[in-house]
Amino acid sequence: MRYALLLSLLLFSLAAVARVEVHTFDSPEQEADYRQLINELRCLVCQNQNLADSNAELAQDLRRQTYEMIKGGADKDEVVDYMVQRYGDFVLYRPPLNLSTLLLWVGPFLILGSGVLVLVLTIRRRKREAGLQLNPEQQERARRLLNDKKS
Amino acid sequence: MKARYLIPLGIFLALVVLLGVGLTLDPRKVPSPFIGKPAPAFRLPRLHQPEQTISPEDMKGQVWLLNVWASWCVSCRAEHKVVNRLVRSGEVKVVGLNYKDEPDDARSWLAALGNPYLASAMDRDGRVGIDWGVYGVPETFVIDKQGTIRYKHIGPITEASVKEKILPLVRKLKEDS
Repeated sequence: MRYALLLSLLLFSLAAVARVEVHTFDSPEQEADYRQLINELRCLVCQNQNLADSNAELAQDLRRQTYEMIKGGADKDEVVDYMVQRYGDFVLYRPPLNLSTLLLWVGPFLILGSGVLVLVLTIRRRKREAGLQLNPEQQERARRLLNDKKS
Repeated sequence: MKARYLIPLGIFLALVVLLGVGLTLDPRKVPSPFIGKPAPAFRLPRLHQPEQTISPEDMKGQVWLLNVWASWCVSCRAEHKVVNRLVRSGEVKVVGLNYKDEPDDARSWLAALGNPYLASAMDRDGRVGIDWGVYGVPETFVIDKQGTIRYKHIGPITEASVKEKILPLVRKLKEDS
């Protein structure tokens, strides 16, 4: 009984009836362009997915739009321009470098830089402290204190 | 020397402010690149008179709203009474863009909830929606007399957003020649 149930679950799995879009291209270059575009364009409905991964209605429509444009001979920049005109820079997973995205691009390097700075300062200070020398009198006193503890 | 111990506290406070501001932002509200741009052209059959068409061209010379809706859209149902009331006030005309819908469903939806629209354009495959940068229904655009998009409201409009944002803008645009 359990196996029958399991088998029927497998047979009627929803993944098996998922729709697959079949596209035919005139050239391998077109197909490569299409693949790259749908991987780099963001789906605006499920915002953390790209067009390739998302199954939202809008993503399907935008994939269709991308396909039709590529098939019609448009190059990648034309498709990207088309999308940006309608949805803004937000649609790009690789945003352009401009004033409002400057912090986004430079930020990681700033954080890296300040981390390195803190590291260098700490190492220097450690070195200075390690290099502290005792005069003979202090050494004698230290030895005495250590020996006292032993006995 | 004492001040050094305040550094982590300072970083913590800066993070609190940063994340606090982040909480007030809605990531679903993508700034529209259309504000100040001419309304994208279309000519689509009307939902109720499919032999006739409707286009932004027809609305030139008046201030109007384009309300993107669909019978399958739950929050459209929520905003519909607001749209009804807005149109009943007589201050502005609203054109519907019936987005990716079945005409029969759309017509019976309007029959049940009231039809505030001057006309609804049937965008069955959502191509006009793409041209207008629509990514979630409902969306509402304010278009001025020259046919320029002045404002976009994402998500259901509410009494508050009508009173505070849409109507004042419509009144101002009406005064401009």
